[in-house]
Amino acid sequence: MRYCEKTLIGYMAKSEYIIEVNHVSKQFEDGKFALDDVSLQVKKGEFVTILGPSGCGKTTLLRCIAGFQVASSGDILLKGEDVTKTPPYKRPVNTVFQKYALFPHLNVFNNVAFGLKLKKEDPATIKKKVRQALKMANLTGYEERKVDTLSGGQQQRVAIARAIVNKPEVLLLDEPLSALDLKMRHDMQIELKELHEKLGITFIYVTHDQEEALTLSDRVVVMNEGKIQQTGTPTDIYNEPQNCFVADFIGESNILSGTMIRDRKVEFCGKQFDCIDEGFGENNPVDVVIRPEDIYIWESKVESQKSKADNDDVDPEDRVPKGRFTKWYGEVQSCIFKGVHYEMRVLTPDGYEFLIQDYHEFLPGTEVGMLVRPEDIQIMKKEHHVYNYFDGEVLKNGKVRFLEAEWDVEGKQLEGLEAGDKVQVRVKFRDIDLQDYEEEGTLSGEVHFILYKGNHYHLTIRTDEGYDLYVNTTDVWDDGDRVGIVIKPKDIKIEKVQSDNEEGTKD
Amino acid sequence: MTKLVQIFSSRRTWAWPYVLFMALFVVLPLILVGYYAFTDIDGQFTLRNFAKFFGHSEAIQTFLYSVMIAVLNTLICLVIGYPAAYIMAQEDFRTPKVMAMLFILPMWINFLLRTVATVELFNMCGLPLGEGALLFGLCYDYLPFMIYPIYNTLQKMDNSLVEAAQDLGANRWTCFWKIIVPLSMPGVYSGVVMVFMPTVSTFAIAELLTHNNIKLFGSLIQDYITTTDLLNYGAVLSLLLLVIIGLTSFFGEHDSTGGEKGGLV
Repeated sequence: MRYCEKTLIGYMAKSEYIIEVNHVSKQFEDGKFALDDVSLQVKKGEFVTILGPSGCGKTTLLRCIAGFQVASSGDILLKGEDVTKTPPYKRPVNTVFQKYALFPHLNVFNNVAFGLKLKKEDPATIKKKVRQALKMANLTGYEERKVDTLSGGQQQRVAIARAIVNKPEVLLLDEPLSALDLKMRHDMQIELKELHEKLGITFIYVTHDQEEALTLSDRVVVMNEGKIQQTGTPTDIYNEPQNCFVADFIGESNILSGTMIRDRKVEFCGKQFDCIDEGFGENNPVDVVIRPEDIYIWESKVESQKSKADNDDVDPEDRVPKGRFTKWYGEVQSCIFKGVHYEMRVLTPDGYEFLIQDYHEFLPGTEVGMLVRPEDIQIMKKEHHVYNYFDGEVLKNGKVRFLEAEWDVEGKQLEGLEAGDKVQVRVKFRDIDLQDYEEEGTLSGEVHFILYKGNHYHLTIRTDEGYDLYVNTTDVWDDGDRVGIVIKPKDIKIEKVQSDNEEGTKD
Repeated sequence: MTKLVQIFSSRRTWAWPYVLFMALFVVLPLILVGYYAFTDIDGQFTLRNFAKFFGHSEAIQTFLYSVMIAVLNTLICLVIGYPAAYIMAQEDFRTPKVMAMLFILPMWINFLLRTVATVELFNMCGLPLGEGALLFGLCYDYLPFMIYPIYNTLQKMDNSLVEAAQDLGANRWTCFWKIIVPLSMPGVYSGVVMVFMPTVSTFAIAELLTHNNIKLFGSLIQDYITTTDLLNYGAVLSLLLLVIIGLTSFFGEHDSTGGEKGGLV
């Protein structure tokens, strides 16, 4: 029965997907996971980009597909065949390496012919195929050149020609353009896209450059911390990010905490807005994402915004959509020219900061009005709410142990509890104090992820023991800062765990 | 006073001791060797010393034998040294430093002492001294000079080149011969030169390890130089040896396409 199932899956894979990555994890010797249960299916002829910051596992995933690294668990199928442990030279894929990896002792022709010569094809065919590949890569006439006399862009072309000459089923590209300058990069992007259309083979492209990913691909896979965060078309990824990481990583965004009043109605910055999202329940906390270019901005003529009705305020130049949109007001703090547009930071009277891009310049100090169309408001489920939850245990000395440290708590919290009792500890995000000097904290850790939420920062702190806790603060921290973690006894709330299946969050 | 400061702050001034040293201990001896080679015992110009060598079959034989021993020793060192360097340069090899240390460690001791110790070792094990012992001793002395430059080039080699070759369909064996070997040639050249040059002129090791039974070219030169009336002939032999060594150092210079340079020389 099991066998049948397997062959059936194998058959289906053959018909539909060229690459299947099933629950692949890769754990390094130091115990860290480079890939954590990653699954991905790629159709024949697709241009898929794996996008993420450095160290997110994207290159590891590519290397597992190429065969340079073997997955610790899970399997990888190529054309329905299990290749999880197949050595790289037996796989029908070819790779374009980040630093080209051209053979310095061979000239351009022999670099490109390397794979064909190994297949023992006859010299005439080799010559013909190499010519074709070089023509594809726009390198005709460079056959006899030594590779170290070529420019970066030309070397990149040789690397591409060397890979495509073997007619692979899948072409893997590991940040192939990262070493080129900006203009060259743009040219090569266009050429790669054309090449993909001409060849009709599957491209898997790894990059940390979100613009590149959005320009080139049919489908983008966003990765972080060894996990796939979101998979979708470039427009999906940009317009409908599924979580704060994606929203923050792809493009610029304003991320704010809000409340979903009911379907199609969301509150943030103290105002209610119409939106088009449904199914988040009533009065539930959510994260709101607004792209800086989606906010309409105009110089406000309202003398005192509070005294007059919103609708009296009109944009003189008629650039702003008409209708009953919720408007809000603020003062421009800074304005930077970015080439095509201006980028403004606008502060509202109640302390929210917005990033806005517009073709018009609004100088610092200008009072402006702002509005956003309902369809441009993207609502995301809040991943974590107001509280950190930890598993804890009451100790004999009247302290509570959690996060592998001992904490003082208020006496009244311990009423009715005995030493050894398992408890759930609850601490508000904003009740965690971070100290500059790690020695000053009960625990020490590192700033792991930062999200600006309009009027405060939402930080993920990873303790030295590997636990994550969330902190809301108005202080400015940098990624990777070492911090001491302090929680005042009055801010630690304890509840006895009643039954075994009561669970706390512990990452 | 300011003049003095000026003199001492000039870089040119600081070069003088070295120039003096080079002139006295490198250039002058070379001139002397050349002078003695082209003169007879009375100081008259002559080519007879050279003529003598080409008619002197014992000298020619010793010369050829020395070159053969040097070539053999270089080959043995290469055959032993390359795999050692290759293993040490592997990414998953955990203790390259310890290994390199173990190879380098004998060099902390003067080579004469080491050779004397080798003689004792052979005696203790009841092994006969002679050609075998000579080769063993030479190899023992010069192996690190082969391993180190090769290790150096291999270690600096970009691993993505190996991956690229595998990616294009090369198995480990093909990858080794088509990529790793050609790219490590600069290291091999360095190693070869560094082993061959000193072995061809060695004499102390030969004397000690063969009880003076096998004469190498170096010993021959030593014999003539220390005999006053044959000094000029000795100079000719030295000059010939210099030419041979000079030629070997050109070996490997003709091809520098090997990309990754990183040998010792």
